[in-house]
Amino acid sequence: MSAGARSSGLLAPAERGKALFVVLAFAALALYPLAAGQFGIDLVTKIMIYAIFALSLELLVGTTGLVCFGHAALFGIGAYAVVKLSPEYEAGSVWWLLPASIGAASLYALFMGSLSLRTRGAYFIMVTLAFAQMAYYVVHDTPLGGGTDGIYLNVKPVVAVGGRTLLDLDDPKTFYGVTLACLALVFVFLAVLLRSRFGRALAGIKVNEQRMRATGFETYPYKLAAFVVSGALAGLAGFLFAVKDAYVNPELLSWHLSGSVLIMIILGGLGHLRGALIGAFAFALLQEFFKSEAIWGAFAKHWHLGLGLTIIACVALLPRGLVDVPGQWRARLTGRGAPGGAGSGAGA
Amino acid sequence: MDLATFLIQCLNSLQYGLLLFLVASGLTLIFGIMGVINLAHGSFYMIGAYMAFALAPVVEAAFGGGFFATMVVGVVLAVILGYVLEWAFFSFLYEREHLQQVLMTYGLILVFEELRSLIVGDDVHGVKPPEFLSGTIPLGEVMTYPVYRLFISGVCLLLAAGMWFVFTRTRLGMMIRAGASNREMVQSLGVDIKFLYRVVFAAGVAIAVLAGMVAAPVSSVYPNMGGQVLIICFVVVVIGGIGSIRGALLAALLIGVVDTFGKVVFPQAAGVLVYVLMALILLWKPDGLFKA
Amino acid sequence: MSEVLLRACDVTRRWGGLVAVDRVSLELQRGQVHAVIGTNGAGKSTLINILSGEIAPSAGTVELLGRDVSAWSQPRRAQAGLGRSYQRTTIYPEFSVFENCRLAAQARLQRPWAWWERADRCVAGNDAALAAVRRTGLFDVLDRTAGLLSHGQKRQLEIAMCLATAPQVLLLDEPLAGMGAEETDRMLELLAELKAGHAILLVEHDMDAVFRIADRITVMVNGSVLASGEPQAVRANPEVQAAYLGGH
Repeated sequence: MSAGARSSGLLAPAERGKALFVVLAFAALALYPLAAGQFGIDLVTKIMIYAIFALSLELLVGTTGLVCFGHAALFGIGAYAVVKLSPEYEAGSVWWLLPASIGAASLYALFMGSLSLRTRGAYFIMVTLAFAQMAYYVVHDTPLGGGTDGIYLNVKPVVAVGGRTLLDLDDPKTFYGVTLACLALVFVFLAVLLRSRFGRALAGIKVNEQRMRATGFETYPYKLAAFVVSGALAGLAGFLFAVKDAYVNPELLSWHLSGSVLIMIILGGLGHLRGALIGAFAFALLQEFFKSEAIWGAFAKHWHLGLGLTIIACVALLPRGLVDVPGQWRARLTGRGAPGGAGSGAGA
Repeated sequence: MDLATFLIQCLNSLQYGLLLFLVASGLTLIFGIMGVINLAHGSFYMIGAYMAFALAPVVEAAFGGGFFATMVVGVVLAVILGYVLEWAFFSFLYEREHLQQVLMTYGLILVFEELRSLIVGDDVHGVKPPEFLSGTIPLGEVMTYPVYRLFISGVCLLLAAGMWFVFTRTRLGMMIRAGASNREMVQSLGVDIKFLYRVVFAAGVAIAVLAGMVAAPVSSVYPNMGGQVLIICFVVVVIGGIGSIRGALLAALLIGVVDTFGKVVFPQAAGVLVYVLMALILLWKPDGLFKA
Repeated sequence: MSEVLLRACDVTRRWGGLVAVDRVSLELQRGQVHAVIGTNGAGKSTLINILSGEIAPSAGTVELLGRDVSAWSQPRRAQAGLGRSYQRTTIYPEFSVFENCRLAAQARLQRPWAWWERADRCVAGNDAALAAVRRTGLFDVLDRTAGLLSHGQKRQLEIAMCLATAPQVLLLDEPLAGMGAEETDRMLELLAELKAGHAILLVEHDMDAVFRIADRITVMVNGSVLASGEPQAVRANPEVQAAYLGGH
């Protein structure tokens, strides 16, 4: 943390700017349903779910420096869990289905992490990809997963107390609100976590794991814990995704989704929580842009081409992500160099 | 399982394993020597397979050549592709972190897939093996085995032997091995490391393309074949050890056996078995079977 | 004889056919600086890595504060009071000087489960960090990003990070590397001060510095100990002169 935070606990100007941005963003999201139609609400709900997914990966990649290329498996397991565990023809209860989804994803994260963390660097990337494929094949090939057609959720779970339904998740606006609340909670949770001893230790592991070990931190348990927490949050995102569309299929565990969520956080800006938010929105909007037949006509079915080229361009030209753009403009306008990584906080 | 079936599965394992080895060796070489993780490596295999399908009529019309002529043309094109790709794109990846390499090559996969879609379309195709290789040989009294599959194994073995020869017996191979262990030293000795890398990369691409071409009659030609082979190659590299050719061979054969016999014995779990194998090996040897 | 804090007994390390460290024994006593010198390839780095726990010995034992720690991991030894600085500066370049030391101090009070508590509000950690920063003379640059420090300051920060964990034994790997005369003097003053409460192992190439500060010297050649004892005795040893000091 910067000196200001150390001595007074008040936010330094740079931090205040970031916090303001986040507050405004959430306010905008809260007001959006008043102005938007069905399609808009559906789209933004989906984007917010991806934002939760991206935030979960940010903890692993941006904070701890563990490049996981298999995160979709945890997302997909969370999604499949709620569908598989829901009763067939009546509404299940969120009170137990949500923890079950998160629990299932966490368990697989524990398994995946404990083995993958025995490797480093490039190996780690390959191994996480492979373990995600393993889960994909289980879901794709075995009766457990229902095959390529996927499985439908016949009745969405409800939030009920004593027989009275408090929230009807079938109503798009209600579901939007629930998703927004989850996103806000996850964001705040991670912001607090990153400032805690655990979070600072993860940041230290990313920057210099050797020094962490030399000072007395056993780094493997920290990394594994980060993996499991990250998996749990991905499972939450999966739960929301399954409930939203009442449908899951194996593509939710595909490595293409793992790649997409990685791109989201790099696009937004690694090492910043708001980067995950920005990245999720930017990526989703980019997808919609390239898929739009209004703009591209018949060529729109080849939208992967535009997306691929954009990814290459972004990583090559904007390696620090969109989050860095205001800083770069400011630097260019004032003629000073771009601000370096002063202070030590992992910015919100 | 009777003896003939067992023998057939053994031969299939060998063929699949050798093919995997070929593709994976390019991947592990490029990573071991240049330090680049190339997700698009599977795309080269896919390009090879589609070349076998799409080039054949062109080569036939232009030179009247058949299968082997198509293969030669394909390899030449692959070398050119690899050379240009290294110069225009990959040479910028050497200094970057793994995450950036991964994402940029992932973008490249998307580009390749769509270009293929634009040029050749999305249909699944079969490719016929050449006449003189499409027979079968008898195995035992009732079973027969396709000659073409033996041909694939033969080509892979030949290429593997060729690679071994180049690495251990030629100056080029020596420079490559030296460049892998100490880049700056090799440069200061006057070796043009950029050219070396370009050669290695082009060779890696050509081998993957050739593997795709050779395998096309057996595996058929379809979108996504690149992604599938890529991930299995990752498993080969993880099990075998990064940068180790020996490891890649052993791992590929192991996977060939597990996958082939797995499909016969546990058809439902077949896709998963390879990963279970990987998990077990990771428990025992986190750095892979061999170090480079 | 003062307290022996670290003892290595017949420590050996083989890599295949190569013997990097060959039956090396030495003791570190509180209040003393024990220097280990030798040419490149003599095995000094391997030795220090074995003592710190980064490499396991092929044979022999390491005792820390009376306990056999030969099988202990590096973090575990660090928790038990062993601090280490590296030849290549191993700091957190992105963080401020203060945060570097605070994070090091956090190793002693980890509490990872208390996810709601702010790390920078931990009084004990902050105090330990400030004390370490003051002791190494880096107070003026407390909030500067560590990556922007001068080379000498970075080396001082290495030491500060060690001190933040309140170790009893310090393993210092070439702390003077790349330092000018003034910085060297400052560092040696610091080491002389630190001697009192700690046992210090110093691997160094700067012979003048070694003879100024060391209470004992061990000379290593080709993985084994050539001579060990008081500085004057070692300096006068003809074998040492022939092998290393080159008739100094």
